[in-house]
Amino acid sequence: MNEIVRPPFEIRDYLRLNLMPHFMCPGCGHGIALRALLWAVHELGVDKNKLAIVSGIGCSGRVGAYIDANTYHTTHGRPLAFATGLKLARPDLHVIVITGDGDCLAIGGNHLIHACRRNLDLTCLMLNNEVYGMTGGQVSPTTAANRLTTTTPGGNTEPTFDSCKLAEAAGAGFVGREVTLQTPALKNLIKAAIAYPGFSFVEVLSDCTEIYGRKNDLGESPEMILSQKADMRPEAFGNVADQPFRPHRMQTGVIAKYDKPEYGAAYRARAAIEKAKAGR
Amino acid sequence: MSASPRSLHGNQACALGAIAAGCRFFAGYPITPSSEVAEQMSRELPRVDGVFIQMEDEIASLAAVVGASLGGSKAMTATSGPGFSLMQENLGYAAMTEAPCVIINVMRGGPSTGMPTRPSQGDVMQARWGSHGDHPIIVVTPASVQEIYTETIRAFNLAEEFRAPVIVLYDEIIAHLTETVSLPRADEVETSTRKWATGTEENYLPYAETDDLVPVMSRPGEGHRVHVTGLTHLPDGFPTQKPELADRALKRILDKIEIGRPRIDKVEHFGTEDADYLIIAIGIAARAARRAAQVLRKEGLKVGLLRPVTLWPFPEEAVRQAAARARKVIAPEMNMGQLALEIERLAGADKVVRLNRIDGEPITPDDIAARIREVAST
Repeated sequence: MNEIVRPPFEIRDYLRLNLMPHFMCPGCGHGIALRALLWAVHELGVDKNKLAIVSGIGCSGRVGAYIDANTYHTTHGRPLAFATGLKLARPDLHVIVITGDGDCLAIGGNHLIHACRRNLDLTCLMLNNEVYGMTGGQVSPTTAANRLTTTTPGGNTEPTFDSCKLAEAAGAGFVGREVTLQTPALKNLIKAAIAYPGFSFVEVLSDCTEIYGRKNDLGESPEMILSQKADMRPEAFGNVADQPFRPHRMQTGVIAKYDKPEYGAAYRARAAIEKAKAGR
Repeated sequence: MSASPRSLHGNQACALGAIAAGCRFFAGYPITPSSEVAEQMSRELPRVDGVFIQMEDEIASLAAVVGASLGGSKAMTATSGPGFSLMQENLGYAAMTEAPCVIINVMRGGPSTGMPTRPSQGDVMQARWGSHGDHPIIVVTPASVQEIYTETIRAFNLAEEFRAPVIVLYDEIIAHLTETVSLPRADEVETSTRKWATGTEENYLPYAETDDLVPVMSRPGEGHRVHVTGLTHLPDGFPTQKPELADRALKRILDKIEIGRPRIDKVEHFGTEDADYLIIAIGIAARAARRAAQVLRKEGLKVGLLRPVTLWPFPEEAVRQAAARARKVIAPEMNMGQLALEIERLAGADKVVRLNRIDGEPITPDDIAARIREVAST
């Protein structure tokens, strides 16, 4: 993945245009995340033939199909487990998982913590829109306090996950977060995540305008996206908490990066020793 | 088979059969009484440049197996009842996406945690109908350690040829029984490989209808950038909800197994041609039945045994024909009558005598012989 001079990024080169128009709702942030991902893939010079996109179920799960690559739309919560098998069998592929807050943190939570622990060379892009959009707007593990959803009609009383803290604590080698508002920054974060030789976890703060935004009177898409700014501590400001204009709910940018053994390489090295022993 | 006889237990024979069949990926989760398959695979796979991984649960295990299969590997997992229940979701995904894979299910006493170290045959129906929706499935049921070896190889071959999940179903007794097994030389093992695209075909469709209804698979990285989904999909791999197209897509994956029956079906006959009393049984119960048949023949009763080696699709024609000649059909099984349901619909319920045991002990030759004597004397 040497960085070479490449023609300017043109998203059409990476999409299955015959599937357009896509089925995401007007204002949905997932399209911006898709753009940032493909932009990163372009700048890294990843061969589309060697790119494998593995997704689960939900709105995030449908994003992968639009990418002109090897795309796997798997079962709910399991894309990291499918990706683990695919990457171990095919270390030559760039395997990127696209998942959502429900897919990754609720039904897939166990797979997430063990994927982090192993540190296999996968990139996990979690599109967090704080809600189960595909099924009509139910509460998710990242729905903010007091928000209205179809299963919290009086407001959400459950605490939320900080997925980046979870990923880091579970052993992920690379952890980051970005908002769709900052698309170039998101692109750069995804680039760094793909280039990282180990398990990289990126949370993308997306927005669900049609269901979640409408129900909670959060405004139109531009207002929802702009409000992300108020929730974040941008990397440009050193992620410090005491800037006056932000309630600093969450940190963005690269949150953690460690130098630790990549699981696939470690397994193959150990297997080679075992094979040599058996051959004697 | 040119011999290198070895003393093995069933779960070891299973792992060695898998390696001989070309299995190069195993993902699993420990569960009694199947764990020795995983342990053996963890030792064998590094020696053949394969990959072993112990996953976080059985759901993830079959997911990883399917991921490896879609990447091009021959892949398998091994489990027992409770773990097999957790695999049903991704078993359906493997059937729908036509990802070849092999699942070893060593049956123990259920339901729930049941009797983990005791044998049972309680998963006859789970193996067929455990996953939701009408899905194709092939299930083979070995009855000896030697047959675990050969049937595991056959399971891989069928999985590859039909692009379907294949289950090797056996009970705890055979899993832990030690017998002498003749292992063929590596070059004597017949193996099949799925039909691969070259990556350069014009207008390649990943789920195109072929003569045998088994689509040609594309390996990622070779040029065809295909979409794989558990949604009901068209020949191009993308989802559809159009009734006539959905009907055609689903019937193809079911029909490929039906038209493949000459290759898939396998039954063993023991004295069925003149049997007044026909026993139909699988696994360890079939071994007891065979002994009972030998004993009763010496007593002058014409007793035969029909043993499905391929359990699903059910050997309907073989059962119908053998049952038509018999006065009574005896169905001994270590469950409350799962095989019997199939036998009754083919032989007629009034002809079928059930013999069931769910106390964690095997059905014995004496149990079966006593029941047949009783039936013969009335």
